[in-house]
Amino acid sequence: MGTVFKRDVARALSDATLKTAIDRTTVTAERKRAAALTDYPQFAAARERGTRIKDHVVAHLDHYLLEFERNATASGATVHWAADSEEACRIVLGICRGAGARRVTRSKSMLGEEIGLPHALEAAGIERVETDLAEHIVQLAGETPSHIIWPALHKTREQVSALFKASHRDPHKTEDVEAMVESARRELRDRFLSAEVGISGANFLVADSGAVCTVTNEGNAELTTTPPRVHIVTAGIEKLVPSLAHAFVLLRLLVRSATGADLTQYTTFHCGPKRPGDLDGPQEFHIVLVDNGRSRMLADAGLREMLRCIRCGACMNHCVVYRQIGGHAYGATYPGPMGAVLTPALQGAEKARDLPHACTLNGRCQEVCPVGIPLPALLRGWRDRSWKDGLVPQSVRSGLWLWRFAAERPRLYHLGTAAAVRAMRLFRRGGWIGRMPLAGAWTRYRDFPAPAGRTFMEQLRDRERGR
Amino acid sequence: MPHATPAPEPRSRPRVGLFVTCLADAIRPRLGFAALSLLEAAGCDVEVPRAQTCCGQPAFNSGDTQGGAALARRTIAAFEGCDHVVVPSGSCAGMIRAHYREALADDPAWLPRAEALAAKTHELLSFLADYRGWRPQGVALAASATYHDSCSGLRELGILDQPRALLREVDGLELRPLTGNDVCCGFGGTFCVKYPAISDAIVKEKAVLIEASGAQLLLGGDLGCLMNMAGALHRRGSAVRAFHAAEVLAGMGNGPAIGEEE
Ligand code: SF4
Repeated sequence: MGTVFKRDVARALSDATLKTAIDRTTVTAERKRAAALTDYPQFAAARERGTRIKDHVVAHLDHYLLEFERNATASGATVHWAADSEEACRIVLGICRGAGARRVTRSKSMLGEEIGLPHALEAAGIERVETDLAEHIVQLAGETPSHIIWPALHKTREQVSALFKASHRDPHKTEDVEAMVESARRELRDRFLSAEVGISGANFLVADSGAVCTVTNEGNAELTTTPPRVHIVTAGIEKLVPSLAHAFVLLRLLVRSATGADLTQYTTFHCGPKRPGDLDGPQEFHIVLVDNGRSRMLADAGLREMLRCIRCGACMNHCVVYRQIGGHAYGATYPGPMGAVLTPALQGAEKARDLPHACTLNGRCQEVCPVGIPLPALLRGWRDRSWKDGLVPQSVRSGLWLWRFAAERPRLYHLGTAAAVRAMRLFRRGGWIGRMPLAGAWTRYRDFPAPAGRTFMEQLRDRERGR
Repeated sequence: MPHATPAPEPRSRPRVGLFVTCLADAIRPRLGFAALSLLEAAGCDVEVPRAQTCCGQPAFNSGDTQGGAALARRTIAAFEGCDHVVVPSGSCAGMIRAHYREALADDPAWLPRAEALAAKTHELLSFLADYRGWRPQGVALAASATYHDSCSGLRELGILDQPRALLREVDGLELRPLTGNDVCCGFGGTFCVKYPAISDAIVKEKAVLIEASGAQLLLGGDLGCLMNMAGALHRRGSAVRAFHAAEVLAGMGNGPAIGEEE
């Protein structure tokens, strides 16, 4: 089964620098989240509230979407609807062209990645300036984000330093993080200010005011959204919340789960374009609401709960698989457990065939998820579909069929086990088996304990006869 | 052998069906006998239904829900006459308790039977500690040990304190903390052979942490995870020996560890 996924996994596993980079960020994230939770005893209650808020919105999505559109329009924003990524990109490019933009700034947005906006801008010959440091790194390296909170998580400080030295006009001279940030700032500052259009994502869309809420650590969203003449927000339709109070409940959950901070440094609410008397703000404010498979998920009981996701990244920080293979091996915008659920929905189950299977179902992701998404159950749901749709490899199917055939016939099963156990013992050295036919996947990496000579059932029968 | 706390009236002895699990049956019969003697010591009448095979989890977790349901029906039929079903594995117990109702959700005739079986199915160590109030008496083992919490037992059944409470009563046994005791070992059932390279990377990290605990023994409550960790430890030449906690509690901790000859 030489899938692309397996090839990329092998590459990732052999990359020791990648592992260092993954560990540096995820270990810290895990520790900080744990500390933040001990300081926040209401977490369990907030999580329940957050879950209810999202479920409520998802159940009444049409209502809140219309309410949001009404209020956003009243505040002077222009609301656009995009059914899929192509339409979303077309709308954004249309606005850029209308504004005569040759240069746009962008602040980090996973939805932008999902709809392929960076690529679309490039293809349209529009220069894209990333204001988020990590996105800038990823852009310089010609890569894609490997984590939804820290897009450049896969790069070590040392690698970033080398990259900046190779590509910045006036790179840093000392090896500290501040100097590197300064280097990026020197490189980008004048471009930030000369862009005609700024594009950002949204963490929440507030229905009763039409406001858009973004959270960042670097204050870069302001650079995207304030100086340019035109501001475009692209957001998934599941980002809605009824009111500001609801946004704050989720905001608290989001920042603690993502970075372990109390609140991110910059939380901004944008409401319409610049009004007479405002000191700054864009002259045009566009909001592109993107469906891209979300209403399909809404109609699907096995995926609906995924629409609660607030993109905090906790599930991947705590995932044993993500922590070994990193984000790129998932081959999609969203990695880790949430990505393994979303990607088959976005790209089709066949293309993402491995993802729901490459999971131990250990349940830690669900445990840390701030909106209690049953990720293992949703992943198992995909396995169920892929079995029904014949996407499970024939070797696995036949193996399981044979085993099940026996397991449904206890007498045959017990005879078969007794025989198998004896056969296995032929390969042992002492108590261990280092190599055995049909068991290569196990014995290539670890030893297999040789079974005792006779099964429990055989030994029990002897004991009872002896009595 | 441990002894029971004052034996209850014979008639109050619950009839417990022991679900040995397919792994213990084939690979480590000692674990089955340890479970048997512990349950007897805890005042139970133990039956081992011969119609048992596997709980069906490998099929269910591979997406073969029908196959999982077929084996669920067999297991239900084999055990529903017992007062309790006890399983020396959090993973298989979790399958019966949490997932049989999912596997049989579309089968109105069997769903109530699945629910009934789920309600009386228990993982062995938590059954001994919580339901029987049993504690080992006169069991000794001079060794240091560390404990790995297997994921299904921990997260589906909430098993965390029970094994430790029981092991603390073993004379001479020193329990040492394990960093990442609640982090998956990379076994994951069929995962470990479907994605062996990832599984290996995970269990290698686990092996390093187990060695760093400084303990002589690795204990746990799930044979699959223990085989995975013990196999990785042995491959890297580690001297740490692995047992199912039930074996130690049953006074069998002086016998061969996983991967040692009888
Ligand atoms: S699934 Fe849960 S833990 Fe993962 S990113 Fe979404 S909200 Fe966060």
